[in-house]
Amino acid sequence: MTAITSDFVAAPVLPKWVVPVLLLAFAYGVVPLIGSSYVFEAILLPFLALSLAGVGLNILTGYAGQVSLGSAAFMAAGAFAAYNFNLRVEGLPLIGSIFLAGIVAAAIGIVFGLPSLRLKGFYLAVSTLAAQFFVQWALTKFSWFSNNSASGVIDAPRLSISGLALDGAVGRYLFALTIVTVLTFLAYRLVSSQTGRNFIAIRDNETAARIIGIPVLRTKLLAFAISSFIIGVAGVIWAFAYLRTVEPDGFDLDRSFQILFIIIIGGLASIRGAFFGAALILVFPLALSRLGGFLLGDLFDSGVLDMSQRIVLGALIILFLILEPDGLVALWDRVRRRLLFAWQST
Amino acid sequence: MPLPSYTLGVMEASAYAPEVFARGLPSGPRPEQSFEDVAKSAGAVAGDASALLSLQGISLSFGGVVALADIDLSVRQGEIRAIIGPNGAGKSSLINVISGVYRPDRGHVQLDGTSYAQVPTQRLAHLGVARTFQNLALFKGLSVLDNVASGLAYKVRSNFAGQVLGIGRSRGEQRDSRSRAEQILEFLHLTAIRDRLVGTLPYGLQKRVELARALVAEPRLLLLDEPMAGMTASEKSEMASFVRAARDRFATTVVLIEHDVGVVMGLSDRIAVLDYGRKIADATPDEVRNDQRVIDAYLGVASDNEDGAGI
Ligand SMILES: Nc1ncnc2c1ncn2[C@@H]1O[C@H](COP(=O)(O)OP(=O)(O)OP(=O)(O)O)[C@@H](O)[C@H]1O
Ligand SMILES: [Mg+2]
Repeated sequence: MTAITSDFVAAPVLPKWVVPVLLLAFAYGVVPLIGSSYVFEAILLPFLALSLAGVGLNILTGYAGQVSLGSAAFMAAGAFAAYNFNLRVEGLPLIGSIFLAGIVAAAIGIVFGLPSLRLKGFYLAVSTLAAQFFVQWALTKFSWFSNNSASGVIDAPRLSISGLALDGAVGRYLFALTIVTVLTFLAYRLVSSQTGRNFIAIRDNETAARIIGIPVLRTKLLAFAISSFIIGVAGVIWAFAYLRTVEPDGFDLDRSFQILFIIIIGGLASIRGAFFGAALILVFPLALSRLGGFLLGDLFDSGVLDMSQRIVLGALIILFLILEPDGLVALWDRVRRRLLFAWQST
Repeated sequence: MPLPSYTLGVMEASAYAPEVFARGLPSGPRPEQSFEDVAKSAGAVAGDASALLSLQGISLSFGGVVALADIDLSVRQGEIRAIIGPNGAGKSSLINVISGVYRPDRGHVQLDGTSYAQVPTQRLAHLGVARTFQNLALFKGLSVLDNVASGLAYKVRSNFAGQVLGIGRSRGEQRDSRSRAEQILEFLHLTAIRDRLVGTLPYGLQKRVELARALVAEPRLLLLDEPMAGMTASEKSEMASFVRAARDRFATTVVLIEHDVGVVMGLSDRIAVLDYGRKIADATPDEVRNDQRVIDAYLGVASDNEDGAGI
């Protein structure tokens, strides 16, 4: 519990469930009423999918200390597995397909997590690239995965839960929001459990962890499995709720890096951090294009936008790594403490 | 080894074993009587079977550097055994061999009657062995309480799903490990800082938290690698009294590396002296103090070092 809560114990005013509950009440009760379809399609749906992927990667990298560059591969595995379960298993409810897709992603995660038993840090990160390239290659090479469609791009099934159609923007938003809420809550419970503390122990000192009897190998593979499960489900949300197509192209190395940046910027070993990071990484290009268009007018075409995005994002990551290695979450908590302090001392 | 003494040793061990194996919190200090009985019978033979820990012909080298050369060592149940020697003498290497972190090139480690070419580190806690490290090996991202509770990780049988959903034996385990960790924190006067992140604590306190993490499992053998390094004199004597109290309360056998000869002389029942990987003495504090080889190799002029100054 302390692993993630201790950094904000200093704000004793509210019990810690209050903020999440208020946010959820807003997300369920207010957002569907006021959001435009642009907000849902372009911001909230990718935000939810990427946040969930960030939560998944944070369990592996932030908590258990195993660096991975294979996140997009696990998203792809989840998306394609859900598509195929839905297509090929008669009468399986959508939720069943999604759960099984998570299991498939977890199994692939365990296989590509095996090198972690020997490799650490940079070398491990490079070996997870194997997952990235292998999964993308397999999905492109074997057309069975995309039901032999000529283009390799397939329409995702329409979302519905027990007959209730959820294929409008708001419906897909609520669908994604519910899955993200449930999995995030479970992830939070996990990181504050004995298993979560074992993850942190292995990250902080593997030898000491082994000596006090933590089953190091099993725990590492468990971290890969759970992380990949969550990332796999995030992939389903990405394909089914956000893009509404299933294709390997969107799950490339860039995506893996994007998710890694999300947790670095948001805050490693913090569940909230994934949401902070995803918000920044999504809102930032939109803000930049508005700003660029405003300042430079027509000069600011899409090429310039793309380039300036990369440059500013790169600079941002370096800045965070140097100045605020604990990410936006730490920054936010500090600002909040200051405000609280200022408010209390008036 | 002579058969009669061997049998005696086994008898002693089995007479003692039930208490030793009971891992619950003992209600009070152990009767000193039984230690002395064991000690007397054990004194009759070197390397006898009643030793909780014995090393036979341990050698270890790194490239050309001989860290340990043919070391024999026998540690009796309930004793505080110090290992001293100059820097690089091989003290930490010895503890690393005992805890299975290093595999010796030759020799065996016998723990409670079972002989190992390499002690299985992963099962160390189950074997009743706990240790601390010369350089702190705490989990920086965890609070003091969680660090200490993690010392009970070897007992956890619930799986992650049970823990996430809060069902099955996970709740009981969680409650149990917290309360035992809290007892140890109390014992080592750490309760006031239980919720602090260990990384934010001063060095001396971190050392004490590491001792707490090792003690929470109520180990039968406790290996301490310089638990008082970098401490002030008063912190050292406090730590020494904790080590003694831990031995008395949990009937733990202690192997202790320490440079401060003053502390060592007062604390330990027996002292082994290493120099360049060889054991040059293994005797009571008084005998070691007057041993010419030890004085030459390590203590310098004995009287100068009564208080351990300069080491
Ligand atoms: N992992 C290792 N790799 C290479 N050499 C090592 C290793 N561990 C120990 N040594 C060498 O073995 C010798 C004994 O080292 P050890 O750490 O056991 O000494 P020590 O008695 O604990 O010293 P100190 O009092 O400085 O802690 C030294 O020469 C050291 O350099
Ligand atoms: Mg040492």
